[in-house]
Amino acid sequence: MEEFSILIGGKAGFGIDKSGSIISYIVNRLGYNVYVYRDYPSLIRGGHTFSIIRASSDKISSHKDSVDYLLALDQDTVARHKWRLKKDSIIIYDADAVKCDSLSCPAKNAISIPIGKILKELSAPEIMRNTCAIGALAKVIGIDWRAVEGLLRKEISKDLELNIRVARQCYDTVDTIASIKAIDKKPLPILTGNEAISLGLIRGGLNTYLAYPMTPSSPILHFLAGIADDFNLKVLHPESEIAVMLMALGFSYCGEGVAVGTSGGGFCLMTEGLSFSGMAELPVTIVLGQRPGPSTGLPTYTSQTELHFALHAGQGEFVRFVTAPGDAQDAYFWSAVSLDISRRFQIPSIILSDKAMGEGVYSFDIEAIDKFNIEKAALREEKGPYKRYAITDTGVSPLRFAPDKDAVIKVNSYEHDEYGLTTEDGVITTEMCDKRLRKEKFLKKELEKYETVRTYGNKDSSVVLLCWGSNKGVCVEIAEKLKLKAVQPVVLSPFPIDTFKKALKGAKKIILVENSATGQLKLLLKQFGIDIDQEILKYDGRPFSVDELEEKVSAFAFNE
Amino acid sequence: MMNLGTTCPNTWCIGCGNFAILGAIKVVLQSLAEEGLGIENFVLVSGIGCHAKIVDYINVNSFYSIHGRVVPVAEAIKLARPGLKVIGFAGDGDAYGEGIEHLIFAAKRNIDITMIIHNNRVYGLTTGQYTPTSPLGFKGRSTPFGTKELPINPLEVMLSSGATYLARGTSHGIGLLKNIFKEAILHKGFSLVDVLQVCVTYNNLYEYYEKRVYEMTDHDSSDRQDALMKIREWDYNNDGKIPLGILYRKNKPTFDEQFKTEEKVLDREAKIKEYLHEAI
Repeated sequence: MEEFSILIGGKAGFGIDKSGSIISYIVNRLGYNVYVYRDYPSLIRGGHTFSIIRASSDKISSHKDSVDYLLALDQDTVARHKWRLKKDSIIIYDADAVKCDSLSCPAKNAISIPIGKILKELSAPEIMRNTCAIGALAKVIGIDWRAVEGLLRKEISKDLELNIRVARQCYDTVDTIASIKAIDKKPLPILTGNEAISLGLIRGGLNTYLAYPMTPSSPILHFLAGIADDFNLKVLHPESEIAVMLMALGFSYCGEGVAVGTSGGGFCLMTEGLSFSGMAELPVTIVLGQRPGPSTGLPTYTSQTELHFALHAGQGEFVRFVTAPGDAQDAYFWSAVSLDISRRFQIPSIILSDKAMGEGVYSFDIEAIDKFNIEKAALREEKGPYKRYAITDTGVSPLRFAPDKDAVIKVNSYEHDEYGLTTEDGVITTEMCDKRLRKEKFLKKELEKYETVRTYGNKDSSVVLLCWGSNKGVCVEIAEKLKLKAVQPVVLSPFPIDTFKKALKGAKKIILVENSATGQLKLLLKQFGIDIDQEILKYDGRPFSVDELEEKVSAFAFNE
Repeated sequence: MMNLGTTCPNTWCIGCGNFAILGAIKVVLQSLAEEGLGIENFVLVSGIGCHAKIVDYINVNSFYSIHGRVVPVAEAIKLARPGLKVIGFAGDGDAYGEGIEHLIFAAKRNIDITMIIHNNRVYGLTTGQYTPTSPLGFKGRSTPFGTKELPINPLEVMLSSGATYLARGTSHGIGLLKNIFKEAILHKGFSLVDVLQVCVTYNNLYEYYEKRVYEMTDHDSSDRQDALMKIREWDYNNDGKIPLGILYRKNKPTFDEQFKTEEKVLDREAKIKEYLHEAI
């Protein structure tokens, strides 16, 4: 494996995020697989924000603690991240903002860029410091200027020519220290998890998306709002999450493929609507981007603390489809399938994401994604008075949508008869409950066509790393390195217990890896009589790095 | 004459003001259907409360929603299928309490839906608590010694929020109701009709209203200042006269007409691949 990592850091408002993005495109175009971890606090200006751009010749979706290049736009960056430097690492720093000596910058090479001087010469504004840094970094690692210019032209819209001059001057100011070789591989697109979810929803038949801004799901709202016209989408940002969910049900009533996105606190507000979806059999897909709680918690950090909430939210008993994709390709596939299943079975779907996956950047190979078919919802063919809730063998009633000359379409949050009229009759209540819950059996059957549980690494190992959601990347990498087995259930409801048991065959030691304090998957598995042996939990709001988890796994995996 | 009834047994109390609203709306629906609108183009939305049962009693497309959540559903249906006529029914507790945020935003958007408020100034189905429009001192199940807060004036709130059709009637003036319902539905923009509905069981204001209501004759409903003055004449608390009829009516751009998206011919997979190509 050939790999390297670049960390860029500075105060929020310095353009760190944008710069990280440009750098990731630069290394991507050299043919590497890319993964980016973004870390930012809950503020707009000041504080400290950084991105780690990891490039590898292998597929990756996790980051390492150590970095080869540290691009520091302020002193704080050096102070906070010098522990990551290896003996050959290179620091590139803003001479105006950073004092670098052998103590403060323990690196083989510390390259000072007179950014202030260059900006002054070119009469460029402060905000272009990061552009200068990009130019300098590019030269240090031996990137051809034309490649840099090409990307700046693609990514920058404001004051483009001045930005290019700044980048060029900084590029020319430094020498190449360590040339990064290109890999003979066609560059893949790189996407954030949120973009992958958005495109997956579109692929699954999305017509309408609604959301109230909430980290880490707001980028889905922004992305879809920007491309709405291209995909015939209606994108709405209404007055609250309650409005979001109830409007979604109104759109669903008319037959629209509808999805909403939020995080834990917003999902709290949507739960009454979720129960309504279950009762009235109105399809809706919910993207739940997890972040640490309880309550406001750490808005811009990551967690896996909403598993049980997603599985049980909403009063009453009804079937729901819950998935937890592990990376961008997973997210694309399962978002499309979630929307499709929601519509076909007339149930709510919940896609469990988190900040690490939503905001992380991944190489995205659409050819590597399983093919699938989007089916249209079954429409009623027969004549006669329309029964919106006709009792069927599968529990799924044929549909009609307003306006329809031959059908009066009634949906109801109360218990209801087949026509959608309110009832309190005990016999009808039991029949309707059975009808709704019957869907689970057929959904389980349908899911046999999909890889609901994935296995990686050494299939013969008796040590299993058990993970879900964004921990897929780090667990797969470690499993492959240490020759262990990694098992990743993707579908969490209805839980594919048979497939899961098969995946665990031969396991003598099961180690759960989860970003929570209580190990929520452990509780789910207990319901099926499966006990895990160890848990490695991290709940400081940060994802596991490869190094960190490898150390912990080694401690458990190889002792008796 | 269409039969718009259903097989659902009616569970309103004898003498309930809801019967008048039901009767009036059925006549209006039939009239509009005859004029060429097509009954299949109507969708009725209701919340939770005695009012909400109305959708069980009319054989028309309907969405029996949850408490306070008539408006967002109605808005969404209109945005999804702009050709549909969407009528929401909500009680005063439902619309002016639990769901007031949505009411304000729908008025703000001037979205083309009609809201009919069954304003009996009590929570009937939950057996007699006060609502946002109950008068000061109202003795109910949750305020047995009398409320200590004044009611809001819902029509003033609606006017300030941007509603473009506001009217008021009573549940014992069915003639006026038919007229203001029909005009509300035909109005292009956000319309709200506040029906002072008599609840015979928990808050029988029949005599009280009989002495005070009057139909306006010399009112310019297109003048916002005049409308505001008329709306302020009765604040849902004082014992003065209560004006009925169309208080305000104005044509302004609606959210739904500006929201329409063109339906392009779309090959999703191909378009997604185009996007991916840009992400290199």
